[in-house]
Amino acid sequence: MTPLELLLQQLINAVSIGSLYALMAIGLAMVFGILRLINFAHGDLIMVGSYVTLLLMGLGLPFLAAAAVGIAASTIAGLLMERVAYRPLRGAHEISMLLTSFSVTIFLENLAIILFRPTSRPFNAPPILRSIIERGQLRIAGLDLIAIAVTAVLLLGLTLFVRRTDTGIAMRAASQDILAARLMGINVNRVIAAAFAIGSLLAGVVGLLWSARVGKVDPLMGFNPVLKAFVASVIGGLGSIPGAVIGAYVLGGLEILLQGLLPSALTPFRDAFVFAILIALLLFRPNGILGSKEREKI
Amino acid sequence: MEPNPKRPSLAARLAAPAALLALLTALLAAAAFLAGDYVQRIVIIIGINIVLVVSLNLSNGFTGVFSLGHVGFIAIGAYTAAILTLPVNLKAVNLPSLPGWLGHLALPFLPATLIGGLVAAAVAFPVGLSLMRLRGAYISVATLGFLVIVQVVLVNWDPVTRGARTFAGVPGFTTIANAWIWAVVAVYVVWRIGSSAFGRGMRASRDNEIAALSLGVNVLRARLLAFCVSAFLTGAAGSLWAHFITAFSPKSFSFTQAFGIITMLVIGGMGSVSGSVIGVVLITVLSEFLRNAERGFDLGALHMPPLYGASQILMAVVFMLVIVFRPAGIMGGREIDIRGTFRRIVPPRRGRKAA
Repeated sequence: MTPLELLLQQLINAVSIGSLYALMAIGLAMVFGILRLINFAHGDLIMVGSYVTLLLMGLGLPFLAAAAVGIAASTIAGLLMERVAYRPLRGAHEISMLLTSFSVTIFLENLAIILFRPTSRPFNAPPILRSIIERGQLRIAGLDLIAIAVTAVLLLGLTLFVRRTDTGIAMRAASQDILAARLMGINVNRVIAAAFAIGSLLAGVVGLLWSARVGKVDPLMGFNPVLKAFVASVIGGLGSIPGAVIGAYVLGGLEILLQGLLPSALTPFRDAFVFAILIALLLFRPNGILGSKEREKI
Repeated sequence: MEPNPKRPSLAARLAAPAALLALLTALLAAAAFLAGDYVQRIVIIIGINIVLVVSLNLSNGFTGVFSLGHVGFIAIGAYTAAILTLPVNLKAVNLPSLPGWLGHLALPFLPATLIGGLVAAAVAFPVGLSLMRLRGAYISVATLGFLVIVQVVLVNWDPVTRGARTFAGVPGFTTIANAWIWAVVAVYVVWRIGSSAFGRGMRASRDNEIAALSLGVNVLRARLLAFCVSAFLTGAAGSLWAHFITAFSPKSFSFTQAFGIITMLVIGGMGSVSGSVIGVVLITVLSEFLRNAERGFDLGALHMPPLYGASQILMAVVFMLVIVFRPAGIMGGREIDIRGTFRRIVPPRRGRKAA
């Protein structure tokens, strides 16, 4: 493999995994930007969508139809989560909301354990997601390209939504100053619900791509992706959507870089290095790369 | 420091909580001996959980630095102490690639527990030094990152931890007596720190960081001290737990366990030592009861099949309800004031005003 091919290969790996992190991190960032809530249960929306898709495929539905219903299920679950668990906590302390999101996680994961058993189930993606394109020495998974393309389309759509639509503008206003937004006649509850709906929809998409990637689903499958998405959004600056996307690609690049550079004895420790780098980064930029320096008002 | 004449002496201030704890311990011990093995195990679990929750309260409740990584300190204490106490013949079988001096060492329980706590505190120092500068939510996420680091190291450091395999054969040293001695020590230490000038500085920095800074509270130092002392006690509790359960794996130190401890802390009331104790007793007994119930039961004609996970669901719902309807927990940062209650029941003769 020539150095150029190697670079291209690793670049595709980094961008495809970074894309999944980005879609997750956006959902976290939108909600944090408005509510200052770190929605830990965001990861479980991945699980909900994947299980619904899997069950419908088991009933004989074609993949695309099952996937569409799965993504819709994620979205509905996200909206329900907001309505039932988070709306009663408007104005509560950051930590109270974080703790509530933990209990939502515990609730959903154990519900899934009861409904679907704790063991994992195989997720058989359609052939196009499992295809591999070979060009000389280069081996590119079709799934990687699809993930990158889907993310690009979704990011474009999201940008247009946030900049051009009334709801999108209201969302940005609410994340700048929720009180002022309310005084301007913005229905903040609707904006928050919209943020949850969009984030959950993206999580549903990630669920399908993630399940196809690892080839199985299990009740606790959301934990790792949400943790990584956290790291991404903290790197970028919690609450900033562009920051979340940049952080996600930085994280994807970092992971692939560590995978390639670490001596083989240390590769199992990769995630420990990732988190250590995060902690080190926070020391120098406590608010992430794009996070504005927040001054407390006295 | 000269004793302050207006305040009751140290002994007087400590008499009430000490008496309460002694009474509680005696009652529990008596009950445990009358009841069977099962109740004794629960009493031990309560003792260990008190150490865990009270020490978590020191960092999360007093300084407001909400750490999610304390399960990492439990793991460090558990593994350190278990490696130290594991009998030499078992070490040769289970951990053959341990460095020589460690392989021929089998310490008694107390020094191993102390070293477990010290190692946890030693790890907490650099971690705290970097994290305590961050703001609320960032600290929580970063400490969660710390937990992941600990887990990754435990799973992959094969020669010392047996990797992902079960670490078994730890001697069952933990008894009601030593678990509860540690519980009393933890309550005492946290109570003393909490009511000292240092502890008030911690609370001040939690309630208003800028005001505390302007009054000369060294916020970073207060947080760091709380974090390290808390890590020491948590590590010691990890050792107690390891020598109680006697077999564990890196999977034992999970996010679910972290959530359980946090539940006890929040339901009892953050920032209140007596609240922590109440939270522990309540939740430990309740979750033990629910864990039995989810195995399935027969109630007259009603047959309940096993439903594993149901108890966790119920705990999650209870937790959410508490956060919505009583966010400050049962005690809401206050302490049980036994002397005050006593005075209300038996008023002093001379009509002196109660403070």
